[in-house]
Amino acid sequence: MSQLKHLLSAADLSREAAIGILDVAEEMAGVNARAIKKLPTLQGKTVVNLFFEDSTRTRISFELAEKRLSADVINFAAKGSSVSKGESLKDTAQTLEAMGADAVVIRHGASGAAQKLAQSGWIDGAIINAGDGTHEHPTQALLDAFTIRRRTHGAGSSAGKGLDGLRVVIVGDVLHSRVARSNAILLNTLGAQVHFVAPPTLVPANPAGIQAKIHYDFDAALAEVKPDAVMMLRIQSERMNASYFPSEREYSRVWGMDSQRLAALKPGALLMHPGPMNRGLEITAEAADSPNSTVLEQVSNGVSVRMAVLYTLMATERN
Amino acid sequence: MTSLIIKNATLPNGSVADIAIDGETIAAVGTNLATDGATVIDATGLVALPGFVDLHTHLREPGFEGSETVLTGSRSAAAGGFTAVHAMANTSPVQDTAGVVEQVKALGEAAGFVDVVPVGAVTVGLEGKQLAELGAMANSRAQVRVFSDDGKCVHDPVLMRRALEYVKAFDGVVAQHAQEPRLTEGAQMNEGRVSAELGLTGWPAVAEESIIARDVLLAEHVGSRVHICHLSTAGSVEIVRWAKAKGIAVTAEVTPHHLLLTDELARSYDAVYKVNPPLRTQEDVLALREALIDGTIDIIATDHAPHPTESKDCEWQAAAFGMLGLEIAASVAQEVLVESGRSNWQRLAEVLSLNPAKIGRLSEQGQEIAAGAVANIALIDPAAKREIADTQSKSKNNPYRGLNLPGAVVHTIYRGYPTVASGTVAEKGRN
Repeated sequence: MSQLKHLLSAADLSREAAIGILDVAEEMAGVNARAIKKLPTLQGKTVVNLFFEDSTRTRISFELAEKRLSADVINFAAKGSSVSKGESLKDTAQTLEAMGADAVVIRHGASGAAQKLAQSGWIDGAIINAGDGTHEHPTQALLDAFTIRRRTHGAGSSAGKGLDGLRVVIVGDVLHSRVARSNAILLNTLGAQVHFVAPPTLVPANPAGIQAKIHYDFDAALAEVKPDAVMMLRIQSERMNASYFPSEREYSRVWGMDSQRLAALKPGALLMHPGPMNRGLEITAEAADSPNSTVLEQVSNGVSVRMAVLYTLMATERN
Repeated sequence: MTSLIIKNATLPNGSVADIAIDGETIAAVGTNLATDGATVIDATGLVALPGFVDLHTHLREPGFEGSETVLTGSRSAAAGGFTAVHAMANTSPVQDTAGVVEQVKALGEAAGFVDVVPVGAVTVGLEGKQLAELGAMANSRAQVRVFSDDGKCVHDPVLMRRALEYVKAFDGVVAQHAQEPRLTEGAQMNEGRVSAELGLTGWPAVAEESIIARDVLLAEHVGSRVHICHLSTAGSVEIVRWAKAKGIAVTAEVTPHHLLLTDELARSYDAVYKVNPPLRTQEDVLALREALIDGTIDIIATDHAPHPTESKDCEWQAAAFGMLGLEIAASVAQEVLVESGRSNWQRLAEVLSLNPAKIGRLSEQGQEIAAGAVANIALIDPAAKREIADTQSKSKNNPYRGLNLPGAVVHTIYRGYPTVASGTVAEKGRN
């Protein structure tokens, strides 16, 4: 496997590299199932979780992954820190560098912030993109792929496998979704076929560079594609105020996952959501709590996958 | 009495001649002119062009002297072969009164490297609400003829109509920054394939084109002339072409960066490529080049927009819009018009000197090189290949750094005074 220094985009991962991380994640899942859930791998290494946006879920997932690998963990939240007093990304990065951070997990509201950090020369450590604006969220895509692979092939027999021939439908606000962008890239890399279902207002004006087939009719898409997994994206209510769609009721009726659409899925199809869910908006409670739902698996798989990413970027640099 | 003589220069029409200069004026153009003890510039192999005129420069003074001053911007202009620049109005205070435009003109005279021609704001404080005192600026010592809220669009159609009508009184022109504000809220880069992949908010071509379409129709309706700043899309070219065919008095400019660079560069998330209007696609670049060659686009204007390092060395979304341009404009023009084999030096002289001077109603700039003309001359080495490095500007937001471009300005003569000699900018201006 070629040496990966940062994880900024799902496009950084070749098929081989992606499967390598998923395989390591399987081993990490084994660790996470033990009574003592800890490895000494990153002892003496410092990882900073640099969060310019609120995201408790992603932050604690990374934090748990870092701690289970025995890293020293610093949480640097923008709110209440010098960042909210106008300190720039550059100053923050240089400060962390001066303190000797070996890796920085960054969540930022600006697209490209992680790449800027990695290419700027401000900081030397590994940069992991934990979500940059409306651009990408590669560890989410990895945990989604991991979840699909595990459910499809079984935990014990997933190793070395991709997602070849599987069909995944991603539904909702594709335009503003870093989850959709990273998933479209990684799922294709792993051999799956990607479909988007969205109101036309929430699809990029020119999606030519995104490898996915676009549908406007959810029911027709489910009937035509017969997906192995359906991923519902979180819809932000402020989109409604910007006229992307007329009302929450209309959105949930036309683009939401309900019992009827759930019943139309083939048996065993995965129903995924990156969380946090708006129950009653993009997904009904019945659907969210159904056996098809992988929401909680995604959360626990997230820890294993993030351990695998940290391991891959940081443990190998010793050699 | 000849003070300066340029020997063996190639004129835009291809003929080789000597140019004798007496004080501020070209005394004679001909072969084997006597040197008479005058200073001699050997221009063998160099192309002599009328000094360039920029219709769109941000000199940042007063108010943003950390980015540029009238002096540093003037030196950068001279290094680029310019002998006149139009200083855009978005200073602080805004150039919306006779007092401020006169101050900027005075700063230009004190610097002495180019004619600094202030542009007046169309509306008070560039706020798009109330007309600035256009007449007072026109009648001031600064003799303002070009009015623009550049950086912001005069988007209120009634206000735009009134401005177009009002400036007829003194043969002025409104230079529109065509950007429909609602369609570009939060916009970061060209809306297209690349913005979709990068997750940066798109800036649709229609936001520019809809305003241009409206304004050419308004100009036709009220019988005024209108100038379109930094036209950047293939669709805008089509609208201007249509308007010109219809006889509407519209002129249009294109920047060097829109002739050379595309939105693919945004993939680096390096904010040096962040500009308003945004870099567009290769198709747009080709349409703009074609339009410059066929005359649909009248001029190249730099939109030279210096910014301090901290405004660019940050995440894309937080960065300022704008890039430098004065010192590469001639090279880009040479690339597009001459090296391409599609046009010639005469056209280059038109788009960088003659036409912008006409639009700005400058009588002492943009003159053909001939006896009696003011001695504003740029001497270019067309064979030079140069890798773009640092510039005379106070700022470093130079997207051309590291690119190889043809041609180099070797000498610039401003009103008979060499502001650039053998590639080196003079220590002092002509005063």
